Amino acid sequence: MSFISYLKDGISLGSIYAIIALGYTMVYGIAKMLNFAHGDVIMVGAYVILTCITRGGMSPVLAVILSVVVCTVLGVVIEKVAYSPLRKASSNLAVLITAIGVSYLLQNLALLIFGADAKSFVSVVKVPSVSLFGGQLMIKGITIVTILACIVIMVGLSFFVKKTKPGRAMQAVSEDRDAAQLMGVNVNATISLTFAIGSGLAAIAGLLLCQTYPTLTPYTGAMPGIKAFVAAVFGGIGSIPGAMVGGILLGILEIFGKAYISSQVADAIVFAVLIVVLLVKPTGLFGKNIQEKV
Amino acid sequence: MAMLEVNHLSIQFGGLRAVDGFNMTIEKGQLYGLIGPNGAGKTTVFNLLTGVYKPTEGIIRLDGEDITGKSTIEINKAGIARTFQNIRLFKELSVLDNVKVGLHNHHTYSTLTGILRLPKYYKVEKEMNERALEILKVFDLDREAETLAGNLPYGKQRKLEIARALATDPKLLLLDEPAAGMNPNETQELMETIRFVREHFDMTILLIEHDMKLVGGICEKLTVLNFGQVLTQGETASVLKDPAVITAYLGE
Amino acid sequence: MKKVKNKTTQNNMINYGIVILLFVIVQVLSSTGNLSRLLTGLLVPICVYTIAAVSLNLVVGFSGELSLGHAGFMCVGAFSSALFSHAMSDIPQIPRFILAILVGAAVAAVFGLIIGIPVLRLRGDYLAIVTLAFGEIIKNLINVLYIGVDDHGLHVATSSAGLHLEAGGKQILKGALGISGTGALYKDIKSSFFIIGVILLLITLFIVQNLVHSRSGRAIMSTRDNRIAAESVGINITKYKLLAFTISAALAGVAGVLYAHNLSLLKVSVFDYNMSILVLVYVVLGGIGNIRGSIIATIILYALPELLRGFANYRMLIYAIVLIAMMLFNWAPAARNWRARVMEKVRGSKNKREVA
Repeated sequence: MSFISYLKDGISLGSIYAIIALGYTMVYGIAKMLNFAHGDVIMVGAYVILTCITRGGMSPVLAVILSVVVCTVLGVVIEKVAYSPLRKASSNLAVLITAIGVSYLLQNLALLIFGADAKSFVSVVKVPSVSLFGGQLMIKGITIVTILACIVIMVGLSFFVKKTKPGRAMQAVSEDRDAAQLMGVNVNATISLTFAIGSGLAAIAGLLLCQTYPTLTPYTGAMPGIKAFVAAVFGGIGSIPGAMVGGILLGILEIFGKAYISSQVADAIVFAVLIVVLLVKPTGLFGKNIQEKV
Repeated sequence: MAMLEVNHLSIQFGGLRAVDGFNMTIEKGQLYGLIGPNGAGKTTVFNLLTGVYKPTEGIIRLDGEDITGKSTIEINKAGIARTFQNIRLFKELSVLDNVKVGLHNHHTYSTLTGILRLPKYYKVEKEMNERALEILKVFDLDREAETLAGNLPYGKQRKLEIARALATDPKLLLLDEPAAGMNPNETQELMETIRFVREHFDMTILLIEHDMKLVGGICEKLTVLNFGQVLTQGETASVLKDPAVITAYLGE
Repeated sequence: MKKVKNKTTQNNMINYGIVILLFVIVQVLSSTGNLSRLLTGLLVPICVYTIAAVSLNLVVGFSGELSLGHAGFMCVGAFSSALFSHAMSDIPQIPRFILAILVGAAVAAVFGLIIGIPVLRLRGDYLAIVTLAFGEIIKNLINVLYIGVDDHGLHVATSSAGLHLEAGGKQILKGALGISGTGALYKDIKSSFFIIGVILLLITLFIVQNLVHSRSGRAIMSTRDNRIAAESVGINITKYKLLAFTISAALAGVAGVLYAHNLSLLKVSVFDYNMSILVLVYVVLGGIGNIRGSIIATIILYALPELLRGFANYRMLIYAIVLIAMMLFNWAPAARNWRARVMEKVRGSKNKREVA
């Protein structure tokens, strides 16, 4: 029974990775950049929720909505101020380093405002646990909510990208930015929209992350951010189902590694599997193989 | 013996046979043209000859040696050098260094010799500089040796690509649309350069070209490719008069 | 023709000159008592990071591959050499330190080779993430490693108890607690670590600059500029990418050796991806493929947060803002055009149009 218990923990953690990875993968697909600061937007979202509830006395629902709004705006502003001037820079390293700068900026702002000590997070999602197999397997409410949230977001996002006009504009920009521009797609607006969606999702991920692991520091977002990025690459960066599958596989791997091998080398196992996958399939599980034309 | 002998060369991409049963023989010292409408498979033939793609069937012999299925590097060492339709220079290197990269396999010293600056380093580098400048002179590029390749004007970039290819000391030179984007004066000049290269380096040349004036002006023999198959081949004058060729170019 | 050669030689010489000049200035300041303790403490780390940045530039700038695992190679160099120093404590200090440097470089080179062979098949961002992953794996594995030495030789285990050391044996590496007391092994030469660091930096410059301006260096740069064209003229891409990667790893190992021996306590946790990123920031801000830029950017950017200590919590915030601003100013096409226009005006007033 412990196997199933670990599996559910893995899927739950993986769902959080998947939601973060979606943000990474969409931004990569459309803006062709690694947004290193994405993980830190998660942290900002979590602090907003915590502050609104503990200091502002807001209802949890309102706090979450506000957090999504703040993160969405933050994502768009970051893109406009720090990334878009570098979109046509001669090296794509420039925007990567700038993203690292933004990551430092967000972490240190949080450090100044909230301090370095870990804050214990409030319980926001109050869904009762479910007991299965005569009490042998307990599934916490937050686990159910996390997995459901992930499925809803994934389905919603797929629908949005495939069936709506702005979604199709995103696809067009990700295929060929110049051609999309010539066909009348507003590339700037599309990129902004992508950052808005990705950052909004980061707020949700921040909530779910802090419900599962209820401590919050200015560096809370960094490691999950990196792992979600790994998940996105794992699944094939740029692919929505890839981010989903990659995230969940990564979560399961991590929990199993911790449970069955050693909690200290669990991360090493996760990274080793990533390397093996990439060596066998260099563009990730769902990635498209594009060959340079001679 | 023929310099290049291609027998029944074919390649399949999925369901598409991009090149189908291609045959061609080029004699030593010949200036040979490969023409055909857009999408006929000309560049694919070049990519097959240089090992960028592996043929599904067929045999390629260079100066009697079977080079079918070998890697790009091995084929270059065997003696085929090429230029590209969309210019591919080492843009951040100087004009001189571009040619020196071409000399890489002919003037050698070890990495350690280079780091420690042993006497051999100075000797070989001197040889390389002299040889590279000699080649650049042919293309009237020697005065721009220090310029970054990416900063050269378009026409000179095309020339530098030829110079770099020649630096590898090939038996057969493949030119992929050398006159693309050039004005009539530049094209005229290029024709003379190609002729000169053949004489001066005793070179066998195969070129892809759309400019019929250039093709008619310098090529001795032509092969016309259409939908991946040889439409006709032979002496330039007779091929260009062939009604089938005119139809292929102008449509029905 | 002679001119070209002289120009690159001159450029290389200027780089050696800058390092030596800075060294002399520091020595003068320090002998006249004008160097604060804070600054004195920064000297060896600055050498460490400058060596790391110059060596990373070989991969990022000259071979054109983005590596986020440089700290992993520094880590391997640091731990292997510290182990060596502890295990071989009978050898006199100076030859032992020289050997420790060679051990660190060699072990890091082997790791570079082993990692490079599979990894260099990947490109761009995929290569970046896999190098990051390797760095993290190395860190995680050393974190659970226990190594001790007794009369029977070296013992390796994954726990302290698993070492089964005999009486008189000593533990060297204690997992996450790391290795302590490495610096104390070199009492006689510890005060000279800064000079040693400067010499190692000069050697690094010598290797990287001479490599870049040689046959192999041209081949490395040709694979960066155009893979397909490089192959078409017979350049073995894998070989030269691997060469750059391995040499870079070896030099990162040397940086790690210096780092390890300068500390009283060496913990693996410092060698995380943030350290790799830090070094990458120096390289990119100094200018990709610009060795002098790497040197200057490292010295300024490493010292900056330390010198801003007076601003306490604000210092990293200021650092972040400076970093973003400098990136935008250096790289945004709009900023570049603006700078070009300003330069044009300045030059135009001097002499009318010179360059086409």
